[in-house]
Amino acid sequence: MVSLSPKNLPAADLSADQLEQGHSLWQDAWHRLRKNKVAVIGACLLIVLGLSCALAPFFAQSYYENNLELTYAPPSADHWFGTDQLGRDLLARVLYGGRISIMVGLVASFVALVIGVSYGAIAGFFGGKTDMVMMRIVDILYALPFTIFVILLMVFLKDPMQAFDTWLGQHGMKQAQGVGKIILLFATIGAVEWLTMARIVRAQIMSVKRMEFIEAARSLGYGRSRIIFRHMVPNILGPVIVYTTLTIPSVMLLEAFLSFLGLGVDDPMSSWGKLIKDGSEKMEEYWWLLVFPGTLFSLTLFSLNFLGDGLRDALDVRSSKD
Amino acid sequence: MPDPILQLTDVKTHFPIHEGFLVKRQTGTVKAVDGVNLTLARGEVLGLVGESGCGKSTLARTILQLVPTTGGTIVLEGKNLTAGSSAEILDARRNLQMVFQDPYASLNPRMTVYAMLAEPLLVHKVCPSAEVPARVAELMTLVGLAPRFMQKYPHEFSGGQRQRIAIARALALQPRVIIADEPVSALDVSIQAQILNLLASLVKKMGLSLIFIAHDLSVVKHISDRIAVMYLGKIVELGSAVEVIERPRHPYTRALISAIPTPNPDVERARQRIVLAGDPPSPVNPPSGCTFHPRCAYAQEKCKTSVPPLVKIDDGREVACVRIGEI
Repeated sequence: MVSLSPKNLPAADLSADQLEQGHSLWQDAWHRLRKNKVAVIGACLLIVLGLSCALAPFFAQSYYENNLELTYAPPSADHWFGTDQLGRDLLARVLYGGRISIMVGLVASFVALVIGVSYGAIAGFFGGKTDMVMMRIVDILYALPFTIFVILLMVFLKDPMQAFDTWLGQHGMKQAQGVGKIILLFATIGAVEWLTMARIVRAQIMSVKRMEFIEAARSLGYGRSRIIFRHMVPNILGPVIVYTTLTIPSVMLLEAFLSFLGLGVDDPMSSWGKLIKDGSEKMEEYWWLLVFPGTLFSLTLFSLNFLGDGLRDALDVRSSKD
Repeated sequence: MPDPILQLTDVKTHFPIHEGFLVKRQTGTVKAVDGVNLTLARGEVLGLVGESGCGKSTLARTILQLVPTTGGTIVLEGKNLTAGSSAEILDARRNLQMVFQDPYASLNPRMTVYAMLAEPLLVHKVCPSAEVPARVAELMTLVGLAPRFMQKYPHEFSGGQRQRIAIARALALQPRVIIADEPVSALDVSIQAQILNLLASLVKKMGLSLIFIAHDLSVVKHISDRIAVMYLGKIVELGSAVEVIERPRHPYTRALISAIPTPNPDVERARQRIVLAGDPPSPVNPPSGCTFHPRCAYAQEKCKTSVPPLVKIDDGREVACVRIGEI
């Protein structure tokens, strides 16, 4: 791909410092986002939460070692969030659970993003019969009760995934056991979340397709892929980014819901949904088991939603100066 | 015609109308462009006028092959642009470029001026990549923009400046023919003259041929050598700009000319306007015979039955009206 910024300026009449720098629409959006306090706070919280989950192995206690002498210990200096029924440190379990929840959120949203954008772009760009067939398939998938669909997928694909886990175990990757289940979570959630993305992208591509700058690109003799990826896609990225940030929390909620039903990750691994489920069973006696994972999960969802709203305001073409 | 550069022969662009639920049936055809014959000479400025919806813009897009032709041929310097999409023909199409009506929609909002002007040069390897910045600066100077703005984005410019960028982009590949589709109608009146003068001077300087589309005759008169008047997908009158404006022959052209306001208020008050009855008919279901007959003051029985061909009446003048000898 050739560079589209000037490198060797004609020295005679123009030097680099004379050049007036413009502000791209992305830069303008960034300035608007920075002014939005709620979105900035959300982004900061997300960074802090994300980092502490990501770096948990370096400072947290073990999340799977039992300590049967210290079951159901309330929060203390040793165990900030208390311990659970097997005496495991709840702080460590919450942080390790966060790793799974956030990872599921990110990866499944990414799966949805890739499928949705390519599917929608193809349907929108080619239009006509292709579009009709592709979008009717989406309509049909939409009509299926979505949780039942996920549950069915999880149940049917359980055996192959367990086989994969056993295979991992036999080949000396004991640490990686349980990964199969997580991959299954990514795939199934991603497979139902791409539908809306496909619709959004298709509509956007269809509206951009008729713009005069696309006609100009065609008359300049550019190839189809250059027109789609250099001219159309950058102009539809705004709504796609916003929708992705709003997909992440809904994916995380879905994961929590599946874990709550017992279809999520297995012990000794944890996820926020699973911790909340376990905590809710004992909340009358041991409140910390529910309150800490619940608070962290809610904080994350709030932050993501605030950031998504902020991004929508910042990227909205109608509110931007023309 | 001395040295024709672009020749349109019986060009037709029809759009099918599909209706129905699930099973689509073709229920009609929009004859947006219906048999246009036109020749553009090298270095000539041809004004193309007509009401909104008469097919001017569709004709422009057809010539550029942005919409497929239904029939006829478009020959640019001996190459038929409608014949397939071989590399040779795609190459030839680049000698035709377009300046669009709305400079707010015709520039990619995510690209800097530099990116927009350098892209065609780099994609088609017009010059060595080391020379691209100099060439971009040259293009910007050519259309009256300071090269120091090359890193700016379209939304940082005014409408007139944007139209200059669009013109520079159209010139980047050194085309032979430019089609300007109402390039000034989205601009402020004070800016219109600047853009018109810029186009006129570029045509002279670079030996371009220009098809200038407008719905406003006073704008076209200013810039054109010849004027073609279009009505419902067909050309009804063609001739030198002075002749068409001063002595319009077709009844439709007369009505158009009579609508030009004059700057002198005394003359303006005395001006006789020919007011056409009714709206332009639908191109889905055009009237029989001469499509203008329902609105024409001179219409007779024969106008309802026979389609008048575009006939040469005197030196370079062509009119499509069966009663041309009588009126």
